[in-house]
Amino acid sequence: MAKTLVIAFDPAEVASGAGFATALGQPFDVLLITGNAANNAGAERTFLAGLDSVPPADSLTPSLVALARGYSHIVAVSSMRSKDIMARLAGALDAAMVTDAIAIESPTVYKRPIVAGAAIATVETLTEPVVVTFRPAGFPEPAQQGEATLEPITLELSQGSKRISESMHGGGRPDLTQARVVVSGGRPLKDAATFEKVIGGLADQLGGAVGATRAAVDSGIASNELQVGQTGKIVAPDLYIAAGISGSTQHMAGIKDSKTIVAINNDPSAPIFEFADLGLVADLYDAIPAIRAALDRGK
Amino acid sequence: MKILVPVKRVLDPFAKVRPLPDGSGMDTAGVKFEMNPFDEIAIEEAVRQRDQHPEIEIVAVSIGLPEAEDQLRKALAMGADKAILIESTETFDPPSIADELAALARAEQPDIILMGKQATDDDSNQVGQMLAAKLGWPQATFASKIVIVAGSVQVTRETDTGDEVLECALPAVVTVDLRLNEPRYIALPGIIKARSKPLDRRAPTTSPRPRTRVRRLDPPPARAPGRKVASVDELVGALRERGAI
Repeated sequence: MAKTLVIAFDPAEVASGAGFATALGQPFDVLLITGNAANNAGAERTFLAGLDSVPPADSLTPSLVALARGYSHIVAVSSMRSKDIMARLAGALDAAMVTDAIAIESPTVYKRPIVAGAAIATVETLTEPVVVTFRPAGFPEPAQQGEATLEPITLELSQGSKRISESMHGGGRPDLTQARVVVSGGRPLKDAATFEKVIGGLADQLGGAVGATRAAVDSGIASNELQVGQTGKIVAPDLYIAAGISGSTQHMAGIKDSKTIVAINNDPSAPIFEFADLGLVADLYDAIPAIRAALDRGK
Repeated sequence: MKILVPVKRVLDPFAKVRPLPDGSGMDTAGVKFEMNPFDEIAIEEAVRQRDQHPEIEIVAVSIGLPEAEDQLRKALAMGADKAILIESTETFDPPSIADELAALARAEQPDIILMGKQATDDDSNQVGQMLAAKLGWPQATFASKIVIVAGSVQVTRETDTGDEVLECALPAVVTVDLRLNEPRYIALPGIIKARSKPLDRRAPTTSPRPRTRVRRLDPPPARAPGRKVASVDELVGALRERGAI
């Protein structure tokens, strides 16, 4: 049956899932794993699992397999969580899988970036079901259509890995993958306190999220969930400010869909200037306080 | 205890590469092939675990062209005890790789399959999770710390918002992330010395059953050329003009 199941791990993922499902052009249902969604964005049915948190992939997947059987396409917005769970689901369903779809040509043909964005692959799925994770930037969210009728559903969790502890970093800032503004810093930020003061300060003034390069994360200046790039988070904000970032292929793969990219770097030959819409050759320790002062003046 | 480490031969992840003009593949002329850097982290981790648990045997496996021997020799040089090269010229998509690895795992009966979270060529991030599902084993992806305790493994894994610790009963599949370790450097003589270690060549036991096919590759859309600004004031002015702030 040509029907899509959108798996939303939290309510914030319902609208983007509906956007992708609408672009796919098939009727769709939504399964919301945690939290509550009051709005409907075109789903025929909205199932509410009502879990307090998303269980480990091995414990959750068997219950998703049972539910997914009735669908031709099972989709979720790309995240580390969805890559963990959706690929396991695809394995259990013996499904075709497309990771990080950025465009749909038909329900059997998708585009996705490969080799750190050096190429865009046109991928054809040859079997059903199809599991897709997608980057939301290319799929506009449909208009809300009143309140959804929510159908409670029980997901029977299986025995699997045990979650012993969990630590959330961040705190108060917008989600990196959803933020309208992202300010990122690289290795030249020296230490965690300087990074937080300089990069975090500008991000807070702009109401934005904080990102970092792999080098900054590896050297302990920034925490792991802030890493932007091929193997970290993919961002697509209206404004991306890269401070002290040289612009490796791997980092650029994560920011290409940003509307405006600003580079601040004291090395005029840094590769990032080839990609940036606006480049400023300057010491970031001079430039960022000056930008903050100029923003203050403009109020 | 046995640790199985699948390794993939990929285009040098630090080379500048582009698709062929006819879109049939990547232009590999003059580009070296390397071990997928995440798999290198997996091999390194297996060797470090063996330092603490000397009873560990490390088996590296690769599926693909005969040339993947180079990457297996490197794995042996880094400390793997033996290598298996499953030779095939056919295209194995991620689910087909998972099928073949599942068959190998049933024969080899490892306690842990330790592997990269993704390959830097196709960036799929699928095989470890698919393999765990096919075997019905627990999984812990994106590991940044691994502690083997009796009968289980405790894995600190990176999440979207921070990290968490999972305890998986063995056997289990663990995929590794960047922060787990820094692989040792192996000079060429070390790789040559590893020639005395056993490398077993086999044919696949499964036929690839591709569930996806790459039709063509295109260069990414180019961004409109940007410009340099001379001052902070010009930058902030330009951002205001664009409505970016």
